[in-house]
Order: sequence, then structure tokens, then C-alpha cells
Amino acid sequence: MSDEFKSGSKLEKVLKSGQFAVTGECGPPRGADAEVIRKKCTLLKDKADAFNITDNQTAVVRMSSIASAVIMMQQGMEPVMQMVCRDRNRIAIQSDILGGAALGIKNMLCLSGDHQKFGDHPQAKNVFDLDSIQLINTVKIMRDDCKFLSGEEIKGAPKLFIGAAANPFADPFEIRAPRLAKKIAAGVDFIQTQCIFNLKKFEEWMKQVVDMGLHEKVYILGGVTPFKSFGMARYMANNVPGMDVPDELLQRMKSTPKEKQAEEGITIAVETIKRLQAIKGIAGVHIMAIEWEEKVGEIAEKAGLLPRPTI
Amino acid sequence: MVIGERKPFDEIMKMLEGVKKIAVMGCGGCVTVCLTGGHDEVRVLSSQLRMARDKEGNPIEIIEKTLERQCDPEYVEQAEGVASEVEAVLSMACGAGVQFMAERYKDLPIYPALNTTFVGGSKKEGYYVERCQTCGECKLYFTGGICPIARCSKSLLNGPCGGSTNGKCEIDPEIDCAWQLILDRLKSLNQMDRYSSMMPINDWRTNRDGGPRKMIREDFQR
Ligand code: SF4
Ligand code: SF4
Repeated sequence: MSDEFKSGSKLEKVLKSGQFAVTGECGPPRGADAEVIRKKCTLLKDKADAFNITDNQTAVVRMSSIASAVIMMQQGMEPVMQMVCRDRNRIAIQSDILGGAALGIKNMLCLSGDHQKFGDHPQAKNVFDLDSIQLINTVKIMRDDCKFLSGEEIKGAPKLFIGAAANPFADPFEIRAPRLAKKIAAGVDFIQTQCIFNLKKFEEWMKQVVDMGLHEKVYILGGVTPFKSFGMARYMANNVPGMDVPDELLQRMKSTPKEKQAEEGITIAVETIKRLQAIKGIAGVHIMAIEWEEKVGEIAEKAGLLPRPTI
Repeated sequence: MVIGERKPFDEIMKMLEGVKKIAVMGCGGCVTVCLTGGHDEVRVLSSQLRMARDKEGNPIEIIEKTLERQCDPEYVEQAEGVASEVEAVLSMACGAGVQFMAERYKDLPIYPALNTTFVGGSKKEGYYVERCQTCGECKLYFTGGICPIARCSKSLLNGPCGGSTNGKCEIDPEIDCAWQLILDRLKSLNQMDRYSSMMPINDWRTNRDGGPRKMIREDFQR
């Protein structure tokens, strides 16, 4: 990894300095009220280095990630603009990349996107003009070669720190490290993984990653999500594709009295972070407290990750 | 072949409101093979229609005919006699056949009796599955003979998304994950190297995105 900054985002600087990075997540509202984001921002501010703004997550219509990211920046925080391939073709994608960068966004996360079947508009036509790997490559070409996909020159290249997701728990398992290699070859700078509950499997994946030397080419942030309750743990285990929640964790949540379950969820998250910190090749954590933003600070605090460095 | 599915009966009845004499026109091509628009299905639909209209006290006269193919002017021509006798044709061909009929019989309404669904094949009798989306530039060499465009729910070209679970697609546990199939096959064919390099961003011009397509054999254009 070279000395020059790719976007100069805070996230990039923290990672580059070798400090353990923390990212959080903020889901935009289902309405045009900017106040909702501002409120979430108050809860999240200073609790992480940067915060993902989801892009119509689970294919449910929400305020756009670009607009929400700008509102977040107005609160003095750094967003990671997510972008999915489901809703835009390459024309709209490149246009939004330019627009986002012009508005001051410095981090972008490239995703395929959940299928619209899961969302509130299952009747929609999907796009998938590009896939997530091609999207990574698109941003890289725009940023580093100052070119559109057409080959034409861009005047004022978008300076973005390029992220992507990785899910070590999806199948086929043996392809997951090679798939990360493909994302690296496409130009990704940092990776946020799927929520990690099965640490044994995660460690297995990380071993492959390290054996392939991939951890030296990309910053890997392990995904952590606290369970709010046993019900949520069970739901994630059974209803979310590509999620791996081991039985022992389910049992642990189940045997905890209801009023203590949220606390236990936090404890598990903190334990997970501690274990992740010990894994070679892990550069940070991505804390996803879904509609539970107020807990991000508590988790980071208990894991000894606060205060965040000022850069 | 092109797979089609019979439209709901009520929808067909609606299209025929106010019409007293029609032809129900089958096609001897794909839709015969997939048991939706051939000679037998023409007979069944025609008698259903007669019965329903009789019950309404509004009988309909139906001529039954099945052409060799409705997507070929030579055979479409053979409907001429029937066409001159009816107020409308209910075509049981695929969407292409319906349109070839409409192009030939300009003053005659041609209604579709089928929903044309996909290009695929039969796994067993009466069980049809999609296999190709006619993208116009076949990638099966790279993907072990399994189509990522038609069979991956997101048409991903560079490997499985994060929702692939136990060989099934995230959108439906009944649907195989195309990428699991592709990778299994590449592995057994010893062609995993075809997965490791990035499949470039697709040129969709060969697909419908380049506008309606045609294929011309110059040697036949004399
Ligand atoms: S790659 Fe294109 S032409 Fe080949 S099977 Fe798939 S959709 Fe059809
Ligand atoms: S699970 Fe498999 S088939 Fe379904 S969208 Fe993902 S990669 Fe495609």
C-alpha cells in the first residue's frame, strides 16, 4: 500500500496509521425528514471513525444514501456512502459517484445489493448492469485513471476510498477467500465483513486470507452486530440468508433472562471485538447496531476503542 | 425452446367480449412441445370457451386450427382461409407467433392466449426451467456451461453474492444458486482458473438494450 492517500478520508488515515479502525452504520429514514438522521448522528458522533449510509437496504425505499451522507457531513461526521448495483446502470452509477465526490463524500462501499424480492417493491425491474466487483473496478478507473468506463477523460476525478463487503459465511466457503482476491484485483481498499458470530469459521477464513497474503493488500474490518434479544438472534439465524449464528450463541441468548438479553448481546459483541483484535490481518471493526444506534458508543467504549483518534 | 404459459381463463374471456366468431390458432413449434399451445391445447381451450359462453347465453363460434409454426410467414400464410371468416384470432403461439400473425393479417385483431415466459427446456414432462436470457454474447465457456445471466437472480458475472446458502439462492430456497453450480462444475472440469480473472463489464448492446435485434444470413438475401 503506497504512501499517498487515495481520498484522504479520516477512515483511510486511521487505517493507514496502523490504528485499529471503527466504523458504524446509519440507516436513512423512510421519509424526507432530515431530523431523523441528525438524531441518529447525535447518538453516533465520535463513536467511530466513519459511518456507513445504507443504500435502500433490503430493497426498501429510503432517503438516498448521497443525500443522507451530506446531512451526516453537516453534523461534522464522516460517511461511507453505500451504493448497490440493483438500482442503477453504469450511467447513473458514474453520475452519482461524481455527485457524491463533489459533495465531499470520501468513502464509498460497493455492493451488489439485496434482491428486490426482499423489499417493499418486489414488482420492480432490477438493473445489475454491473456486479459489485465491476463496480469496485469502475470507481478505481474513475479515481486512478481519470476515465469514464467509456474511456473518455474525467475532468476532476472523484477521490474515493473504495470499500466492499465480504461474507465469509456464505457458500461455497472455499471460494470466499479467492473472491476477496478478485475484489482486491478490481481495486478495493477496505473490506467490511458480514456480521461475525461464528468466530471459528471466521478465523478459518482469515487464515486463508493471510496465507494468500491478501491482508497486506486490503484493510479488513470485521463486522459486529449486537443481539437485542433472543428473538433477534433466532431471526438472524433462520431468516437472513448468508448469516451464520452458532447454536451455542443462540443457547446463550436463550438462557439469559429476557430483561438481561440486551446486555448479554452487548457483552457478546464486545467479546467478539476482543477476539477479532487478536486475529492477524484484522484492521478494525464495523459495528452494525441496526436501529440501535445508541449502543455503538457503549460497545466501542467497553471494547476499549474510545476515544477515537483525531486526525 | 420458448416456454409459454396459458393465460388465466378469465383474462381470455375478457379479451373476447363482444366477439362472436373467432379462430383459436395453435402453433406446432415450441409451445406444442411444452404442452401449452399445440393442437391438443387448442381443442381444450376452444371447448372451455364454448361452454363458458353458452352458459352466459352468448355463444361463440370457434374455428380450431394449428399451424406448423406461427413465427414463419410461409406457415402463417396458411391461416388465410380461416382469417377471412372470423372477427378475431386467439393465438396460442408465443409472443413472436402472435406478432407474425398480426403482421400478416393487418385488419384482424390477434389476441395472445399465452404468456410467453422464458427460453428453457423441460426437466421432465410438464416441468420447464429457464436457461438462457438471449444476451447475445454467450459466456458459457467461462462459466462451466451454466448461465450466470439467466440463472443467477442478480445476473452476477463474477461469482456468488453473500446470500448463497447451501447451494440455494438467497431469494428462494427452491432455486439453485447459479454460482454454486458454476463453481462446482468448474472445479470438476478443472477449470477454476476461469473464475479467478475478472469477467469484464458486459456490453449489453448484443442484448435487447441495443434495440430490437435481427439476424441476417447474407447468403440467403438474394
Ligand atoms: S450467456 Fe447469454 S447467450 Fe449464453 S446462455 Fe446465458 S443468456 Fe444465453
Ligand atoms: S445466491 Fe447465487 S444465484 Fe442467488 S443472487 Fe446470489 S449468486 Fe446469484
